[in-house]
Order: sequence, then structure tokens, then C-alpha cells
Amino acid sequence: MAFTNEQLERYSRHIILKEVGAKGQKKICNAKVLIIGAGGLGAPAALYLAAAGVGTIGIADADEVDLSNLQRQVIHTTKDIGKPKVLSAAETMNDINPDVKVNTYHTFVTSENIMDLIRDYDFILDGTDNFPAKFLINDACVMAKKPFCHAGIIRFRGQLMTWLPDRDLPCYRCVFKEPPPKDAVPTCKQAGVIGAMAGVIGCLQAMEAVKFIVGAGDLLAGSLLTFDALKMEFHKVTLPKRSKNCAVCGDHPTITELIDYEQAVCELKH
Amino acid sequence: MKITVGGETREVKDGITIAELIEEEKVETPEYVTVSVNEEFADRGEYSEKQLSEGDTVEFLYFMGGGRA
Repeated sequence: MAFTNEQLERYSRHIILKEVGAKGQKKICNAKVLIIGAGGLGAPAALYLAAAGVGTIGIADADEVDLSNLQRQVIHTTKDIGKPKVLSAAETMNDINPDVKVNTYHTFVTSENIMDLIRDYDFILDGTDNFPAKFLINDACVMAKKPFCHAGIIRFRGQLMTWLPDRDLPCYRCVFKEPPPKDAVPTCKQAGVIGAMAGVIGCLQAMEAVKFIVGAGDLLAGSLLTFDALKMEFHKVTLPKRSKNCAVCGDHPTITELIDYEQAVCELKH
Repeated sequence: MKITVGGETREVKDGITIAELIEEEKVETPEYVTVSVNEEFADRGEYSEKQLSEGDTVEFLYFMGGGRA
């Protein structure tokens, strides 16, 4: 595929980078990224990946746009209230870049559908807000050997890490073992989150996806980057090696089928 | 003795245990924090016995949800 003049102009700031170039931009244009969650993290990630020209972007979310979302979910606008988030997100992405093919999945991601969802994608972004989903995404990506980037945000803090297959890297479950009991750890709804935090961390997830696609630099593989906005400090934690006792990626995994941890659907909303 | 906690140097008493450090650092929801010492996961069952040594690097890893919704 040769670039059109319009594409050369659109992607000129990428193409001029020696780490990207025309070759890297072609990789971006041929790449397929799945974003799970069209909320705080998924919104900025989707905007930048669409702008970057990622050829196929999948976006999965069962929710509709709510007024309380608009403080941080910058892909949706006031006129989108009540609309499925995936449709609102797809419209914005197509407005930014008509080159991008957006696949929308207006559904909760569950043990039943996640393998089918991730199958056709090169890289997965976890933009979910709840631990059952985060563990499900981790376990599915480990089992299917799909590279993915996990992230979380609360109050003035955020963090992210990337997992790649076949590299003996710690997975999310190596670090966190199993979901905390419901309400044991505060959620954004209960504790609040500063809107721009979603932008910072969601953009970093997009950054990981783009670097993975073009093969530039080092990913947050085997490390967890944390950001404290009150101190305005980033801290990169070198994580322990893959845990041999991990229930999903360990030497003798005890989790061989995906688990839908119980958390009432109403608790997952907002 | 000096140890490093979350990238910052801390002066703590000699032989401080992980459990004592968790208290001293006022770690939020301590029962759900993952602790690594010198890039090895510490076993939760050992927190009250395991003593830290001069120069150890400790990280507290927190559950963080957020994002969608």
C-alpha cells in the first residue's frame, strides 16, 4: 500500500521521526488495536490511536454516555448523552481520521466473548474500571498470548504496565493475585478522580500501543509506571520476574478456564 | 538504617519488618497491597516476621481500578 498525498501530509510528523518513518507509519496503518472500555482511559487512547492512523480500532463497552462521564471522557460530548459509548467514540474517531476502521462492540466483556474479541487484534488496551474485568483481560491475554497494557486511575494517581508473551514477564495476576472483595478498594465513583489523570494515563497506554506497533524504544514490560499528580512525580517500579506460582502464567497454572468474578452489573456502571 | 521505599530514601529502625513499615508509611488498604523487596514478591504471611536490611528497595503496589464508567 502506497500512501496518498493526503496521508503523507496527515502523518508527516510521524514519518519524519527516525523511530517511525514511512515504514513505521505503514505498520501503524496496518495495525489492529482493541480498546476495552470507552471511558476515562479508553477515550484519550482512542483519540490518539485514531489520529495516529491505526488501521483498525476495536472498542468494547456496554454503557451509554452519562453526564457524569464528561468531566474526563473527552471522546464524548454533551450531545452524546444517552448514546452507546462505543457509537459516540466511533463517530469522534471517524471525524478525526476517516482512514480508520472502527469496530464497535456494545457489550460487556465476559469469559464467553473475550477470546473472540481479542483474537483478531495485535494489542489490547485495558481501559476498564473494575477488577473482575481487569483480571479477565489479563487471563485471556495471557492464555491467548496477546500483548496488552493494563492501567488504573484513582484520585490524583494512576499507573500502567504492559505484558508481552514469550518473555517470561510478570502478568497482572503475578502482581495482584486475585480481585479484592467488592468495595474493599475504592473505585473512582466512590473516591473520585481528577479528569486529566484519565488523559495522562490513557495517552500513555496509546503510547505503549504505538511503540509496540512500530517497535520503538522500551515498553513498560516487567515494570509498572506510577504517576502521582499531587507530587507531580512519575516512578517506574521494576517488577519481580514472572511468578512461578502465578495461577495463570505460573509453571503449574491452576486457572485454565476464564473466570467471571462476581460483581453485580449495577456495581459496574458509572 | 537506610532503605528505599517507592524510589525515596527512608531512615528506618534497624531490622524493621514489612508489617511495621506498612504501618509507618501509612499504606492505604494494607490488606490488599502487594509488596516487593529487592524485586522479589514478599509473601503476605511473612510481613510480620520478615525483617528488612540496610539498602533494601521496597515497593508497595496498589490495586487501581478506574477508567471506564
